[in-house]
Amino acid sequence: MSLLSVEDLVVRHGLLQAVRGVSFTIERGETLALVGANGAGKTTLLRAIAGAHQPAAGRVLLDGADLTSVPSHKRVGMGIALVPEGRKLFVQMTVEENLLLGKTAGRPGDWNVDKVLEMFPNLKPRRHAKTGHLSGGEQQATAIGRALMSNPEVLLLDEVSLGLSPLIVDRVYAALQGLIASGTTIILVEQDLNRALAVSDRVICMLEGRVALEGPSKAVSREDVTKAYFGLHRKSPGSVPA
Amino acid sequence: MSNQIIQGILLGGYYALIACGLSFMFSVMRIINLAHGSLAVFAAFALWWLASRFHISPFVGLLIVLPLMAAIGWALQRFLLERSARGGALLPILTTFGLAIVIDNLLFEQFGADTRSLAPYIGSLSYDSWEWPGSIYVGKLAVIMFAAAVILLGGLQLFLTRTRLGRSIRATSEDPDTAGLVGVDAHRANAIAASIAMVTVGLAGAFLGMRATFDPYAGAPQLLFAFEAAVIGGAGSLWGTLIGGIVLALAQTLGAQVHPQGFLIGGHVAFLIVLFIRLSTSGLGLRGLLRLPTRKPT
Repeated sequence: MSLLSVEDLVVRHGLLQAVRGVSFTIERGETLALVGANGAGKTTLLRAIAGAHQPAAGRVLLDGADLTSVPSHKRVGMGIALVPEGRKLFVQMTVEENLLLGKTAGRPGDWNVDKVLEMFPNLKPRRHAKTGHLSGGEQQATAIGRALMSNPEVLLLDEVSLGLSPLIVDRVYAALQGLIASGTTIILVEQDLNRALAVSDRVICMLEGRVALEGPSKAVSREDVTKAYFGLHRKSPGSVPA
Repeated sequence: MSNQIIQGILLGGYYALIACGLSFMFSVMRIINLAHGSLAVFAAFALWWLASRFHISPFVGLLIVLPLMAAIGWALQRFLLERSARGGALLPILTTFGLAIVIDNLLFEQFGADTRSLAPYIGSLSYDSWEWPGSIYVGKLAVIMFAAAVILLGGLQLFLTRTRLGRSIRATSEDPDTAGLVGVDAHRANAIAASIAMVTVGLAGAFLGMRATFDPYAGAPQLLFAFEAAVIGGAGSLWGTLIGGIVLALAQTLGAQVHPQGFLIGGHVAFLIVLFIRLSTSGLGLRGLLRLPTRKPT
């Protein structure tokens, strides 16, 4: 059975339908990359999986259990952790306090503050600094560490490289490689297509709230993804020149 | 003079006690609770009722009243504040204002207009004093109140920074949506915060009843003192609240020194001075606040 499955999920922001009937599954240990233009519904999809948005229709299943009516804080306890877009750290609190908050759900596992600091050595001297005073890379490391502290089965990463210098992005992805190697199931949203294809097993390209392309990362070409990204793959029956 | 300063500082402990719940609720829940004073008076009446009806000492009565206040806080958050907060920032203020009127009038209906006090039920504690060096006499009750304020504020500070629940409450106050995403039950955290705030209100009510008198409409002046102490100390800072209470009390003592009726005015003046300094340093500027035209050089 798939670890996580999303069935015909529809999410609305008021009148706007951000996610329109998306379905996919992810196996344990798999890494899935979500790509797509701004506004394609990637962030909304991840937030709906994490429970921050209530879907208008469809279901999210974890290990076969229906999560649709489960609030976000309980989903963390069931093993879903989101690293939100824009990091969303508690800026009045220190790095250590932010990390400890990740443990609130109390899932058993071997992640602790020291292990996170081991993974992101740049956080070590900043342990007791307020996260509002950190650099972007340090903040992102804290946000990832906070999600890991809940010992998740599925880690959702929303644009972890946004606003970071290429050097720092390399460092963040090096740390992610370690996670992927250790068998953590990951869904990541990434704007850099090369990186997304290199790090993932499978890729889903979203367009206007729908899945435009899905396939193994090794098999799909950059051109395929680019076409799906811009919607060029659609055969328009009425493509008669006016 | 040193006598007045010491008495003023001790009185500041009482103001810090009554401001504590208001400041806590504002800092962690972003709610200005205008029913604060009325709830304190309610707690005082509950203790008075237990003492006069069942001969339960107010200190023992706290064992009943504080859990009751905690339950009231929980219910208040769950059934009133949480719902009204969905309607915007202004609605909880109006809700608590209405609640204050309801509580005041229910107390009036139940207990009448008589002025009450818990002093008769605490024996000699209400007038006993210690002699400190320099033949300064300090009331035992005043010292107990000050110590209670320090312990309460310090305990809350430790609770917020050192415990998992405290961190959850702070995280919820900063960003409830993200708090949910890291596993914090925001509803529960807020309900617990409201319970804690109401427990401090219960304590404040107890000391209000012991050190002075109260009647069903005594809530508003208590709210005013609490509000002034919280604003002087910097709304939302717990240690600041203690400083704020002391500054307020010292200003009142000084006011009474200047003129026999200057007690309240001294406090209000200190409050207004701090308020204007705050506003003018916050970038808004006194000139901008009063809409004075900037004088152009001629």
